[in-house]
Amino acid sequence: MLGQDHESAAGEVRSAESRPRMTCPHAGSAPVEFPKDRLDPLEPPPELNALREERPLCRMRYPDGHAGWLVTGYALARSVLVDPRFTVGVYRMPVGDPVADSELHDATMSRPEGAGILIFQDSPQHTRIRRALAGYFTVRRVGEHREAIERIIDERLDSMERVGKPLDLLENFALPIPSMAICEMLGAAPDDRDAFEQPSAVMVDPEASAEDRIAAIEEFFTFCRGLVAEKRAAPGDDLLSHLVLGGELSTDEIVGAAQILFEGGHATTASMFSQIVFALLRERSEWEGLMAEPAKIPNLVEEFLRYVTILPAGAFARTATEDLELEGVQIKAGESVSVSLAAANRDPEKFDHPDDLDLSRDTTGHVGFGHGKHMCIGQHLARLELTLALAALMRRFPALELAVPAEEVEFLSGEHIISGVHTLQVTW
Amino acid sequence: MRIVADQELCIGSGMCVLTSEELFDQDPDDGHVIVRVEHPSPAQLEHAREAVAQCPSQALSLDDE
Repeated sequence: MLGQDHESAAGEVRSAESRPRMTCPHAGSAPVEFPKDRLDPLEPPPELNALREERPLCRMRYPDGHAGWLVTGYALARSVLVDPRFTVGVYRMPVGDPVADSELHDATMSRPEGAGILIFQDSPQHTRIRRALAGYFTVRRVGEHREAIERIIDERLDSMERVGKPLDLLENFALPIPSMAICEMLGAAPDDRDAFEQPSAVMVDPEASAEDRIAAIEEFFTFCRGLVAEKRAAPGDDLLSHLVLGGELSTDEIVGAAQILFEGGHATTASMFSQIVFALLRERSEWEGLMAEPAKIPNLVEEFLRYVTILPAGAFARTATEDLELEGVQIKAGESVSVSLAAANRDPEKFDHPDDLDLSRDTTGHVGFGHGKHMCIGQHLARLELTLALAALMRRFPALELAVPAEEVEFLSGEHIISGVHTLQVTW
Repeated sequence: MRIVADQELCIGSGMCVLTSEELFDQDPDDGHVIVRVEHPSPAQLEHAREAVAQCPSQALSLDDE
């Protein structure tokens, strides 16, 4: 049973049970595959929405053959994500290449630096690492980087003018901003971008071989290890220097933490930003409307974090460490549960008219950054980057438009862990 | 009503600060929650409840005292 600490989660489960949903009768039926086919690039696959309506907890066949579970309902998603009976120690995703994924994961976590990669750690190790890092990611501490981020944004806008139209907004604006901001925060030089952007791209590429991905993580660790050694030799006023001087974490743990902060701190935000701009330019009246009311940009960003969930299937599965019961359904020890954050964020039980992009909506409680102990540590940084970048882009390039018809913009396939575009060609 | 924060459960996500800067702050060192107003006024109570519901690590609760 859930302990007292988890009373509110239990409450959510109870309220979910009171709904007229046919969870139990269907939960045992044939496993589904994770729905990946989108009709519209910004909409979840229709089958995912249908599952949430009919079986918010259903059996799912993972690509590695494992018969696990898929959660698509909001209340259940939140309760699974705070449930201490699940571990994050088993890497399993409903999309991608299961062999290469698990070889990469094993190669990563068998190294001593794995101890610092907090997303794959349970308590108490997770707590140790998260506590050492959390102070740098508070609303206020992130706010202290505002001027630096604005400077990075202005430089990119100048660079766009020099490059000239048309150009790829992802490569020229959306990606460099969070990359250079995380460099600034961790204490890397802006030119170090390549050292983590390239290996990160290989590691998450569903087409890349296990061998290439393992080479990429080794390259990534080598970069981080070099940087941490530099900080030890000549500390500055940055996150990695403070961690080195603080003495709470081992060098391996700091290297691992640096790896996941660099990796998590750039492509996700870049992808989110590209999709926001795509949506606004596809319906250009939305772009113009927002330009007329820039005060609504923070609302738009927050609503978009809900509307286009960046990790549609979540970042990783939760695996039951004991036999347990969810909404009257038996989950056996060793079975994995994936939470579709995208489906949860479109649950009409939580959000009225969930398929409408509504800037006046109360988005409180959306799970765009996940939920539970592993909720995105960089969420306040992402919000700040997205908000400042969008406002600045609108001011400098009010005439921005797509350089190709919207239907020709290529989006990442459903096999990718994140949603996003390959390129976003714009002109002005 | 009293706002109770469990420092062992807190992960420093700052969701409470986003909900109400009046009621909550974060420790500059480890990001942990600082309850600025232990006994919220009737007007603040809704924000306090919201923060309790939104905390991703369930570190916040409301006590009847």
